[in-house]
Amino acid sequence: MSEPLVLGIETSCDETGIGIVRGRTLLSNTIASSMDEHARYGGVVPEVAARAHLEALQPSIEAALAEAGVSLHDLDAVAVTSGPGLAGALMVGIGAAKALAVSLGKPLYAVNHLVGHIAADTLDTDAGPLEYPTVALLVSGGHTSLLLVRDLTTDVELLGETMDDAAGEAFDKVARILGLPYPGGPEIDRAAASGDPDAIRFPRGLSRASDLAKHRYDFSFSGLKTAVARWIEQREAAGEDFSAEDVAASFREAVVDVLVTKALAACVDHDVPRLLLGGGVIANRRLREVALARAAEQGVTVRIPPLSLCTDNGAMIAALASELIMSGRRPSTLAFGADSTLPVTEIQVAQEREEDAA
Amino acid sequence: MILGIDTSLGTAVAVVEDDGVVRAEISSDDPLGHAEVIGSLLERALGEAALGPIGATSAPDAVAVTRVAVGMGPGPFTGLRVGIAAARAFALGRGIPVVPVVSHDAVALDVLLRDPFADVPRFGVVTDARRREFAYTVYDGLDDDGLPVRATEPALIPRDGIDERLAELGAQRRDAHAVSAAMIALVAARALAAGREIAPHDALYLRSPDVTPSAGPKRVGT
Ligand SMILES: [Zn+2]
Repeated sequence: MSEPLVLGIETSCDETGIGIVRGRTLLSNTIASSMDEHARYGGVVPEVAARAHLEALQPSIEAALAEAGVSLHDLDAVAVTSGPGLAGALMVGIGAAKALAVSLGKPLYAVNHLVGHIAADTLDTDAGPLEYPTVALLVSGGHTSLLLVRDLTTDVELLGETMDDAAGEAFDKVARILGLPYPGGPEIDRAAASGDPDAIRFPRGLSRASDLAKHRYDFSFSGLKTAVARWIEQREAAGEDFSAEDVAASFREAVVDVLVTKALAACVDHDVPRLLLGGGVIANRRLREVALARAAEQGVTVRIPPLSLCTDNGAMIAALASELIMSGRRPSTLAFGADSTLPVTEIQVAQEREEDAA
Repeated sequence: MILGIDTSLGTAVAVVEDDGVVRAEISSDDPLGHAEVIGSLLERALGEAALGPIGATSAPDAVAVTRVAVGMGPGPFTGLRVGIAAARAFALGRGIPVVPVVSHDAVALDVLLRDPFADVPRFGVVTDARRREFAYTVYDGLDDDGLPVRATEPALIPRDGIDERLAELGAQRRDAHAVSAAMIALVAARALAAGREIAPHDALYLRSPDVTPSAGPKRVGT
């Protein structure tokens, strides 16, 4: 199929994403977020997210079809995120996607959310085709992963990931420590704008020589969060004033530093002069600035899809399925579930066996 | 024809003709795994329905699903949502309406139809709601439309309080471990025939999301 028309359903975290693509052309990227409902809890509450998905799915599908100017019967396939993500949230999308595929008699592609973040790049019309291999750094409230992508549809390797909190979670938690609202990323950014990033030297997780042997590409942000809390408590206990702006800027610098350092180390080690950034935390301007500047020093080209395609969305899921279809892959069977820890090597889940294919 | 779906306990799918003749009924009793099995059960139920009514010998009419009836709970949330999401998506794909049904109504109709001539005394349908609670609904026979009469709306109660509560209400206890999708469809068929809407369009969670708002930063010590 030259340019398949695919509808993608993404419900792995707090965004209900419905995307429609034709080949590599984006027709709709409809997102309903339950972020506001999580604000009072200071983080994503899985049950709140799952309830919101159930309510948002049908209107989002209808809105996406209207925007794309296509009908469900025009579709060549339905795609859905199988994992990784919040199990209860994923199940809502999977239940809907399976029923939609059976209802329409269309093939279904169950795909990997993280690889979807990479596939978002194929929809960036200004960027030209993705070159292989590339290192990909995916940073969001739900994941922090460093990948080596040799081929989007067949060969993605996990180099490292966070051992505890995702980077986005660390922003939320430190924002809370500073008395700033949820989500923490933009709030920390605002406070950091007038702060000194070098004022406090917060620890860079898993960056000591002893850690690097085993965790060269892994991340840890929970120690950093604790260090920030302890630093503030000490000042408060001593009755000293401190600048919240300096704390925000120094914290952000520690996160950005460790993300960019490890990503560029992966580029050097694997002799790959290309780095793709994805995930919602890429919205952080300081992260983009530091990544672009330091990559340029090392001769590494950085690709950043438009921000609307970096945050969780259904278009990237449709885009990945579209690539799978164009490369001749058979659809998934109906026998798969939500896999909250789906490994990145499983780009497509439950592919039909050749002898069973119609 | 009505496609019936319920995932409030196990996962159940049925295809029932508008007059109540069952074309297909399949279920999985697995209290988990709703998302895994829902697609295959839908596919199989539609395939079996195409063969005609169960036990039929003459050539069947083609399957033309015109409504999707779905159990809105009560039931454990994670599984319950899978059926509701599937029902809405299937209906969207065919451009047909969803008919919401209280899952306990299907159990009650099953009880009341088992012996249509018996005078079944008031009873409470009791199902697992997890977290040491039961969900229950009390019923008083059938009304003129052939629909179970709810004496109480679905509610939650600690498990050790159910017998006392049912005794207060003068209701016999009927524990249910499965909900029949054919009965879901039949409740819908009877409600449609009577022109009545008998269930909410939102899931019957009966419980707020289990979260406590942040109490501010915790001290980590020094
Ligand atoms: Zn993501």
